[in-house]
Amino acid sequence: MNAPTSFDKASALREKLVVIGNGMAGCRAVEEILARDPERFDITIFGAEPRVNYNRIMLSPVLAGEKTFDEIVLNTAEWYAENGIELVGGDPVDHIDRERQTVVSRSGRAEPYDKLLIATGSDPFIIPVAGRDLPGVVTFRDLDDVDKMLAAAGQGGNAVVIGGGLLGLEAAHGLSLRGMKVTVIHLMPTLMERQLDEAAGWLLKTELERRGQTILTGADTQEIIEKDGHVAGVRLKDGQEIPADIVVMAVGIRPSTMLAKTAGLDCERGVMVDDHMVTSDANVLAVGECVQHRGLCYGLVAPLWEMCRSLADHLTGTPSGYQGSVTSTKLKVSGIDVFSAGDFSGGDGAEDIVMRDAARGVYKRVVLKDDKIVGAVLYGDTADGNWYFDLLKKAEDISEIRDGLIFGQAFALGGGANADPNAAVAALSDDAEICGCNGVSKGKVVDTIRAGACSLDAVRSQCKASASCGSCTGLVESLLALTLGDEVQAGAKTLCKCTSFTHDDARRLIVEKELRAMPQVMQELHWTTPDGCASCRPALNYYLLCAWPGEYEDDQKSRFVNERLHANIQKDGTYSVVPRMWGGLTNPRELRAIADVVEKYDAPMVKVTGGQRLDIFGIKKEDLPAVWADLNAAGMVSGHAYGKSLRTVKTCVGSEWCRFGTQDSTGLGVKIEQMTWGSWMPHKFKIAVSGCPRNCAEATIKDFGVVCVDSGYELHIGGNGGIKVRATDLLCKVGTEEEVMEHCAAFIQLYREDAHYLERTAPWLERKGLEWIKAQMFDDPDTVRRLAARFRQSQKFMQNDPWAKRASGDRSDLHQHLATIRPALTEYA
Amino acid sequence: MQAKWLDIGPVTQIEPGMAATLPVIGGEEIAVFHTMRGEFYALVNKCPHKQGPLSQGIVHGDSVTCPLHNWRISLRSGEALGDDEGCVPTIPVKVDAGRIYLLREAVVPPTPAQRKAA
Ligand SMILES: Cc1cc2nc3c(=O)[nH]c(=O)nc-3n(C[C@H](O)[C@H](O)[C@H](O)COP(=O)(O)OP(=O)(O)OC[C@H]3O[C@@H](n4cnc5c(N)ncnc54)[C@H](O)[C@@H]3O)c2cc1C
Ligand code: SF4
Ligand code: FES
Repeated sequence: MNAPTSFDKASALREKLVVIGNGMAGCRAVEEILARDPERFDITIFGAEPRVNYNRIMLSPVLAGEKTFDEIVLNTAEWYAENGIELVGGDPVDHIDRERQTVVSRSGRAEPYDKLLIATGSDPFIIPVAGRDLPGVVTFRDLDDVDKMLAAAGQGGNAVVIGGGLLGLEAAHGLSLRGMKVTVIHLMPTLMERQLDEAAGWLLKTELERRGQTILTGADTQEIIEKDGHVAGVRLKDGQEIPADIVVMAVGIRPSTMLAKTAGLDCERGVMVDDHMVTSDANVLAVGECVQHRGLCYGLVAPLWEMCRSLADHLTGTPSGYQGSVTSTKLKVSGIDVFSAGDFSGGDGAEDIVMRDAARGVYKRVVLKDDKIVGAVLYGDTADGNWYFDLLKKAEDISEIRDGLIFGQAFALGGGANADPNAAVAALSDDAEICGCNGVSKGKVVDTIRAGACSLDAVRSQCKASASCGSCTGLVESLLALTLGDEVQAGAKTLCKCTSFTHDDARRLIVEKELRAMPQVMQELHWTTPDGCASCRPALNYYLLCAWPGEYEDDQKSRFVNERLHANIQKDGTYSVVPRMWGGLTNPRELRAIADVVEKYDAPMVKVTGGQRLDIFGIKKEDLPAVWADLNAAGMVSGHAYGKSLRTVKTCVGSEWCRFGTQDSTGLGVKIEQMTWGSWMPHKFKIAVSGCPRNCAEATIKDFGVVCVDSGYELHIGGNGGIKVRATDLLCKVGTEEEVMEHCAAFIQLYREDAHYLERTAPWLERKGLEWIKAQMFDDPDTVRRLAARFRQSQKFMQNDPWAKRASGDRSDLHQHLATIRPALTEYA
Repeated sequence: MQAKWLDIGPVTQIEPGMAATLPVIGGEEIAVFHTMRGEFYALVNKCPHKQGPLSQGIVHGDSVTCPLHNWRISLRSGEALGDDEGCVPTIPVKVDAGRIYLLREAVVPPTPAQRKAA
């Protein structure tokens, strides 16, 4: 018995408080109670861990070697003694008997109480995979876990951390500093997805990879591999195996409610408490991570402090009431600054202010609603995190400082009028640098504007300010406004509302700066929205695909439904399917396969299209893979009738049958189609080959048309039979089929590399001019060959039948329903 | 007793930035969305404009752009955004321990007995 005697006399008169859980909340609650009324309770604390109360959040620095255990102890043995608290360590409570008001510990010790406080924290969540119980698989929750990790790290080797959230990344950081080779496996596509948005998550991933960790996102664990009775690695669902000498599971936590539940207290996700932290039993209170208050469970310490205050107020007779908390998080990985607070998921009426400074690796996003901050995500520069958080908690009206808000406290509060960004720029001296990339001073920009550059684009092209990374675009715009007043010309049309860059700039910079992923483009080019919109995403996806064939991984979620499902969506939500018929030719086997599909899937209509193919209508999304499997079986592949890609090559019968035909237009059409199919383009692309100038294949209203003549082939470009009919322009005349093919490939590639997304060849040609296109192709004798070679190179990766992949089960999730809800029949009875 | 929430499976079955469909016998098909920021929403799978299948649109922020005529619909409120007007019913969703739940009464019509009791 180690309770000091000075308290013994009084203890019989005092109420008995028993605390289950010697963690952060349990002890803090006791501290708060002692601060208010040290004489009131006779206190016993049960702890499952055999040690005094320590600062759990500092386990990460202990693992990383930045702190020792002694440095993170919150209350020493003396503290317990001085306050007459009995600590029963290493002996967890097994049972609460509410009727007798007694708790019973594992060792059999029974302790009666007047008031009971449950502060059992949470249990780490263990994913139910094979091998989870192997030695070498650890969680990250208490000092014992840290000791296990340190022991493993002492041997060097490989560590796998499952879970890329706060805890997982801190564990990975520590193990990596301790010399292990670390791989983080994260189920979601971005790290810390609950605290960070996609953009910040991407920056974080890039930085961790730079530090030598391997980060696998979108990776699902299949099982933990064993060798000689110890963990040896992790196998993912995609078959990949990662060797491991230790596996840390950090996939989440669950309020520890077992004790409360078996004692019959109301529990949902956590132990249910009211505003005074009282459970469904008036004599039992609960606090910390194990509770659920107004529907919420918390996994951070700040809310616990607030809970402990109301708990102590209540127990000492001056009830205050806990109102719930708004939380903020920081990642404790040295050298990486990440901050997130509140609700940054946007929502109705929410506005985003986004600032991206690619050069400094900074991303900041503040979310506003009704002129108040509701959320913030900061990466790279978190100095203002607390200021935003404070404004958020106080629900301050920020309309006055809105313009400067994103630049932080110092700037925004730099005295009323100065919050006007124009004023700040006006105050700069003439030799102040505006554009860091190109070394352009304020004076030079102003001179350029005075000399007649009235738009952002003009400034960009004339003095290069803001023409590279674009982070100074805002400054240049301010200078335009200051210098010209109302005369500022609206710049060239930007790609969409999310950016100040035009299509051309975005394309050019993707290549110049070697941007290879969508979040990277958005960061480097200062996108003002977190994840783009339905206009820029498909465009960027295409630009990346065109710039890095074979390298860039197509992003399904940025594709329009037709391309995602490889079929045409129709007005009733069903799809139509067009198999390829090379050059418009078909045969009995194909016709039979089509007829069978029509019958088997009850397709209500089949139609011959304008491009000489057969279109099968009315197929349901879930039937598509089966339809394709049947068509594939007859040797047919996707006709891409749905895509921004090559549609058809229309032909006439030509010299083989027609009495006027000069060349084999059908055979040439088939060859062209076999060369060009499958290629993604800025827009749909149609080709035709006519056997003589009678032009039965209507080659002069196609994107690329070939008209055969006695002496060879006339090549036509930029035709369109759509809303605005446009006849082609003659590009050139060539003598052989090989030259036709070479020029066709070259022209397509020029279009692919230059046109804006969703710009067909006709408007593109009119915008650039026929002369420009001819110059691009013919000024240098080698360009046609080079363009064609680039086209053929990219075709190596493009020419595979998307139907075949899907028919074999790839991405069946895109086609199937999640499930079907069938209300029980009796419900209708 | 019937659970208040219908379990429709693990969160991992829908990739962020995508949606999935859930037909209801005797009711409207439901579209369940997973945004790029990891949030889940459910709407009736019919655009207020001309009944386009919203589940097949492009998801960005917390809105979806309908695949038929590009109306933008809020995933939170079901309302058409911008200059368009119209609204599609939303279904309350919650995520717990890695599983997605829909509010049962918003999906399944109440039985006559339940209706009487109410
Ligand atoms: C590695 C790590 C890093 C973290 N970093 C941060 C951070 O940076 N910022 C932040 O805000 N939060 C952080 N947290 C979360 C923070 O530590 C918790 O929110 C906080 O500790 C919760 O306090 P608690 O008292 O509810 O639970 P705990 O501190 O876990 O205490 C619960 C205690 O109850 C004991 N117990 C459980 N069952 C019984 C029983 N039947 N009988 C007796 N005792 C029992 C447990 O052994 C434990 O000691 C981190 C957590 C970890 C693990
Ligand atoms: S274009 Fe000339 S060759 Fe071809 S079918 Fe017509 S008439 Fe005959
Ligand atoms: S049906 Fe959705 S926009 Fe027309």
